[in-house]
Amino acid sequence: MNQEIKTFTISIYTENNIGLLNRISAIFQRRHINIESLTTSKSEIEGVNRFVIVVNITEPQAKKIIGQFQKQIEVIRAYYHTDEETIFQESGMFKIKSDLLFNEPQIQNIIKESNARIVTVNKEFFVLEKSGRRNEIESLHRDLNIFGIMQFVRSGRISVTKEEMKITEMLLAFNNQ
Amino acid sequence: MDIETIKKTKQMTAKTERMSGSEAIIKCLIAEDVDILYGYPGGAIMPVYDELYKYRNEIHHVLTRHEQGAAHAAQGFARISGRVGVAMATSGPGATNLITGIADAQIDSTPLVCITGQVPSHLLGTDAFQETDIIGISTPVTKWNHQVTKASEIPEVLAKAFYIAKSGRPGPVLIDITKDAQFGELDFKYEKCIGVRSYIPTPKTNLESVKAAAELINAAKKPMIVWGQGVILGQAETELKTVIEKAGIPAAWTIMGASAIPTSHPLNIGMVGMHGNYGPNKLTNECDVLIAIGMRFDDRVTGSLDTYAKQAKVIHFEIDPAEVNKNVYADVAVLGDSKDSLIELIPLLNENSHEAWHQEFKDLYAIEFEKVIKDDLHPTKEGLTMGEVLNEINIQSEGDAAIVSDVGQHQMIACRYSEFNKTKSNITSGGLGTMGFALPAAIGAKMAAPEREVVAIIGDGGFQMNIQELGTIFQQKVPVKIVVLNNEFLGMVRQWQQLFFDKRYASTEMTNPDFITIAKGYHIGGKRVTKREELADAVKEMIASKESYFLEVCVEKEDNVFPMIPSGASVSDIRLS
Repeated sequence: MNQEIKTFTISIYTENNIGLLNRISAIFQRRHINIESLTTSKSEIEGVNRFVIVVNITEPQAKKIIGQFQKQIEVIRAYYHTDEETIFQESGMFKIKSDLLFNEPQIQNIIKESNARIVTVNKEFFVLEKSGRRNEIESLHRDLNIFGIMQFVRSGRISVTKEEMKITEMLLAFNNQ
Repeated sequence: MDIETIKKTKQMTAKTERMSGSEAIIKCLIAEDVDILYGYPGGAIMPVYDELYKYRNEIHHVLTRHEQGAAHAAQGFARISGRVGVAMATSGPGATNLITGIADAQIDSTPLVCITGQVPSHLLGTDAFQETDIIGISTPVTKWNHQVTKASEIPEVLAKAFYIAKSGRPGPVLIDITKDAQFGELDFKYEKCIGVRSYIPTPKTNLESVKAAAELINAAKKPMIVWGQGVILGQAETELKTVIEKAGIPAAWTIMGASAIPTSHPLNIGMVGMHGNYGPNKLTNECDVLIAIGMRFDDRVTGSLDTYAKQAKVIHFEIDPAEVNKNVYADVAVLGDSKDSLIELIPLLNENSHEAWHQEFKDLYAIEFEKVIKDDLHPTKEGLTMGEVLNEINIQSEGDAAIVSDVGQHQMIACRYSEFNKTKSNITSGGLGTMGFALPAAIGAKMAAPEREVVAIIGDGGFQMNIQELGTIFQQKVPVKIVVLNNEFLGMVRQWQQLFFDKRYASTEMTNPDFITIAKGYHIGGKRVTKREELADAVKEMIASKESYFLEVCVEKEDNVFPMIPSGASVSDIRLS
């Protein structure tokens, strides 16, 4: 099996229970796997949560930890995917002084070219939001940093797979057992 | 309460009734057929203890002397009976003291339900008196855990706890219940849990993989079985015996699988692993098909994975999908309950005998007997050996005793040399290697199976790790037999120091107290044996005793356990001296 370290997106469909994040993060911690990003939210199925976790590991490692996730009582199903198998995005927010918007014409060009969105503008500051691949957000960060950024935050990866997950069918099968 | 009242209480669970959370906890336990409970009271669990007082004729509470003792006693109970062991403690230190037992149960797949009290929910997270985040602490060592903050949640959560603890690959579950939930009221109705969405305890046996396994086995010239505790947990002892006998396959066991097949069975070739038998270890690297049944290729079994059974096709019968390909790649994986899978396998197997192959194990046994076993069991040197004590126990108990061993040299000796006629006769701390396990575990084992002779084999180190449980034995009048093999050393560590650390005996020598006097202080009678000629009579007296009995045997100080696979070495590098 391929022992090369690659970026994998791990998707874990779970019951919406307190404490599960602990169980999941403990599985990474025990194996000394660093989490690059972690997002948790509700999923397409009512009452079912979804964790999207990005890690750099080998494929055999990915297989083994998927087994450990699935072993958890409240985990419905866990998957791992390569970047090629998923469509993924991140989101960044930039808070910048409003003066710059009016005094630095270049900033307006940067906003336009990067397809960033102005979320709000007031006297003191304005807020930009940019969704896309990590490098697009980082590139925007570099461009704006020259002028000064008051605050910056970037989300974890969100991702959907190109292939069907069939979680709904799986849940129906659970219910019929 | 009489039988009728008990029956009524059980029936009551079908209809709704208003009661406190504490009473509901007791009712849940009764509905799950819990009649014995190990624990220790304290502030945050007092409402439950108060209810227990009312139900004391239905549930016998055993007051251990330390919560760790309660957890291990519940483990001993579970391991010999196959039922769920229950332990209870208060919040904070009470709860954290359970953790070692819970971790032990997790790694050895022992069904346990632990109930801990917790500070009232409005104080959670405030560093209140005796508050610990026991959910956080126990998460990595439980199969499942949950905190209850409302009385109304109790029946459903406890039903789920018992279901999860005992189903599939069993394990420990911890339920933490806040004090306000214990005091609060609910409309009680109990329904046993029969399934949890998202949890498939036992994967269905795939017939195609069974067929593939049968084909490999039928074509094998040198097949070898290694079975583990999965056979005992799946109650597949008879099926395993049929497989072994029909296909004529030499079969070895892991420490946790010991006793599933009688030691005297002609195809039982002994124990694998670090201090296992010479033949099965050595020939693991010569067999052509290795059939692993209900075992997880622990590093103590495999030694170096780089050289483990590389020449063999591996068939893995396993209930837990996460164990397949975890350590050893399986050419054929048969997921499912061991009993179900073996039932499917048996008709597909050809009858065979593999006599020449079996002879190879016998030949290696002869070498091991000459170089190790003879001197262990029938020594000619002056000092007493641990092996001869075990041999004497075998003789006096006629191989019917359940042996509860602690951790160390004596454990390896006990597992190597005990004669097991019956299944569930080897109760030991396998995966975690918990010193202090045996004394409390023996209490639980004897209480679960009072008809059985239960003998605890303990070293002088491990004995002092939970020595306080002598008090529980005395108070409960549990007739366990306690054998302390005293070499005034932490023997196993000393052996490693001798072999791998230039005999630098750093902190392994023990100056011990007068154990007989201590036992006497707890009103437990017994004997100290220092000479060979005293041994047989003392063991005989111990086995004949109707009460608990303490036997201290002063053994050779610097004896070693062989064979031995040095840590990280290959199984074929097993040393006889």
